[in-house]
Amino acid sequence: MRKFLWILVALTGAFAVGGIALHRGESINAMWIVVAAICVYSIGFRFYSSWVAAKVLSTDPTRATPAIRLNNGRDFMPTHRWIVFGHHFAAIAGPGPLIGPTLAAQFGYLPGTLWILVGAVLGGCVQDMTILFLSTRRDGRSLGQMARDELGPVGGLAAIVGTLTIMIILIAVLGLVVVNAMKHSPWATATVFATIPIAVLIGLYLRNIRPGRVLEASLIGVALLLFAVVGGGWVDHHPTLRTLFDLDGKPLAWFVIAYGFVAAVLPVWLLLAPRDYLSTFLKLGTILLLAIAVVIMRPEIKMPAVTQFIDGTGPIFGGALFPFVFITIACGAISGFHALVSSGTTPKLIGSETDARLIGYGSMMLESCVAIMAMIAATLLDPGVYFAINSGPGVVGATADAAVATISSWGYPVTAEQMHALAREMGESTLFARTGGAPSLAVGMASIFSSAFGQSLLALWYHFAIMFEAVFILTTLDAGTRVGRFMLQDALGHLWKPLGQTSWYPSVLIASGLVVAGWGYFLYIGVVDPNGGINILWPLFGIANQLLAGIALCVATGILVKHGKLRYAWVTAVPLSWIAIVCTCATWEKVVSTDVRIGFLAAAEALAGKLASGALTPEQAAVAPQLIFNQRLDAALALMLTAILWIVIVDMLRVSWRVVKGLPVPPSSEAPAVALAEVRT
Amino acid sequence: MKQRLLDLWRLVRALATDDAYERYLDHHRHAHAGAAPLSRREFYLGEQQRKWTGVSRCC
Repeated sequence: MRKFLWILVALTGAFAVGGIALHRGESINAMWIVVAAICVYSIGFRFYSSWVAAKVLSTDPTRATPAIRLNNGRDFMPTHRWIVFGHHFAAIAGPGPLIGPTLAAQFGYLPGTLWILVGAVLGGCVQDMTILFLSTRRDGRSLGQMARDELGPVGGLAAIVGTLTIMIILIAVLGLVVVNAMKHSPWATATVFATIPIAVLIGLYLRNIRPGRVLEASLIGVALLLFAVVGGGWVDHHPTLRTLFDLDGKPLAWFVIAYGFVAAVLPVWLLLAPRDYLSTFLKLGTILLLAIAVVIMRPEIKMPAVTQFIDGTGPIFGGALFPFVFITIACGAISGFHALVSSGTTPKLIGSETDARLIGYGSMMLESCVAIMAMIAATLLDPGVYFAINSGPGVVGATADAAVATISSWGYPVTAEQMHALAREMGESTLFARTGGAPSLAVGMASIFSSAFGQSLLALWYHFAIMFEAVFILTTLDAGTRVGRFMLQDALGHLWKPLGQTSWYPSVLIASGLVVAGWGYFLYIGVVDPNGGINILWPLFGIANQLLAGIALCVATGILVKHGKLRYAWVTAVPLSWIAIVCTCATWEKVVSTDVRIGFLAAAEALAGKLASGALTPEQAAVAPQLIFNQRLDAALALMLTAILWIVIVDMLRVSWRVVKGLPVPPSSEAPAVALAEVRT
Repeated sequence: MKQRLLDLWRLVRALATDDAYERYLDHHRHAHAGAAPLSRREFYLGEQQRKWTGVSRCC
């Protein structure tokens, strides 16, 4: 009977995947994608993950986990697997899987969807589960420590440099997404600003009024946030107030930079911790609501399966389908960042080794599901509208008429009236060139929500979606800045002891300042770049995230080989090879391509040529030297990231070779096995 | 039915880490009988400090 059921799931899945892959025509219902995804995940979880857990990792339910052996009632504590699943999912789910698919939708719905499904089931989920398991076997050690212990100092150093770099680029690109969502939108700006005093209020409540009552404080906070969305609407309708919040990109960038610095140096209870509680509630609630709404509404996908932009001429970011769809969708398919969470707090809570499967593989499946929903929200828009929102003025033309003419000429008809009507409905002055993914995702979410739960509130739903994205982008931003600060303090401590003290204020200010300056620089350049900084920063972020995944998979592969699992090492080595190919090809193209929309150096040369010949307006000429320098810096950065990846790969191959030849290698750092029965007595 | 609702409430509290202090007290009673436990406020502030010292949020 069971067997019959699984055969049915497999057949349904194959039929649905075939349906979305072979469908050509006007539109296709989103339920095809939903059904395909559910079947692929079910089969992946039921068969592949249990095989990997049993054969490759050999999880042992009789072995005591660190949570049991080192139980201290605080960070080490055995916890029910569904609760750890909840915590782990809340920790890994960020804005990445929402934005990546939205941008990658320029290739059509099919390439991104297939990569999200295949990448997650064979790559991302396996990485998360494996790292979680390996870290659990090592008392919850971090990825950097595991790289150093198991591969040697070179691997360890590479992991740390890689982590710091990805942090800087990630925060810059997320900051840019928020800035673009708030730019000249008084409603969005007022709402996002209001979230900060609300977080502080909740922080004070949790510390002084009702200490530690997280649930009630969060409920109050979420109610206030919803009120802030409505309040933003009032600000927008008020003639003088609205001008106060009608800001250009540059002041908003400075605001985000100042916010990041302040959040990193203030005590955590005041801003960071309460904001995180609010953002987690909002995130889980909204994702659940979106899933329900998609099923109720069953929207039609209007984007073609594949667009002509797979040739690399896409307006949102330059570059062909291979390798750029795999770089653009990082989170949602495979995200190296997850390896940091999987080797952080989660392994200290696991009560049984066998739980690693549900928590590691399962959480990533859910995250991948979020990416699928983002893809649906992006592709249910009329393609013309989607391109009008997401294309920068440098590509389609600065005026509304120029933009609709360009986009319509590609075969995606759209009119200026249609865009104005849509902007009015959403309570915005314009939706042209709102790059970064957040506004188009918000339009998609607003149309899903409003048609599932009532048509009249489009503008409210739109700004709710913007607030939802901004709140957890800012949470990632301040948490990331803080982690960057600690890593830098740790490194600076080697140069001069006092700088390593995490609570010494001069060191706190210096390290936070350096981290903020790092991402603030890329954010600022992204804002002044007329071609939209997303085109530059998102691929760089994708490469950095895949690099981190590569390092994690190297550590996993190296450990498997050391433990005599050479014949199963392909489980992590195959995704690793794919990541290495994608990263290397993407870096190669980003550096040497002669297309100015792809190659950093070509873009720098072209701009330098224009500057020398006097073809630029005075304003353009003023920022040109900065942009030229930045493009060259980006090229160097991409090369450095890929070089780090290859250094770690070679290091892993060296260790594996020595294992095969029987030569000495660093000893296993696995904690000695203790039987569950021994601890219990 | 009532039991179901209570279970659900416990699950929601655990997911929100609302019950962290009670769990700490529980552990403290077993492991360090006799010693005075931290107050709810001290425990909460200490936990925030610990939680935000490593990577706990992702992209």
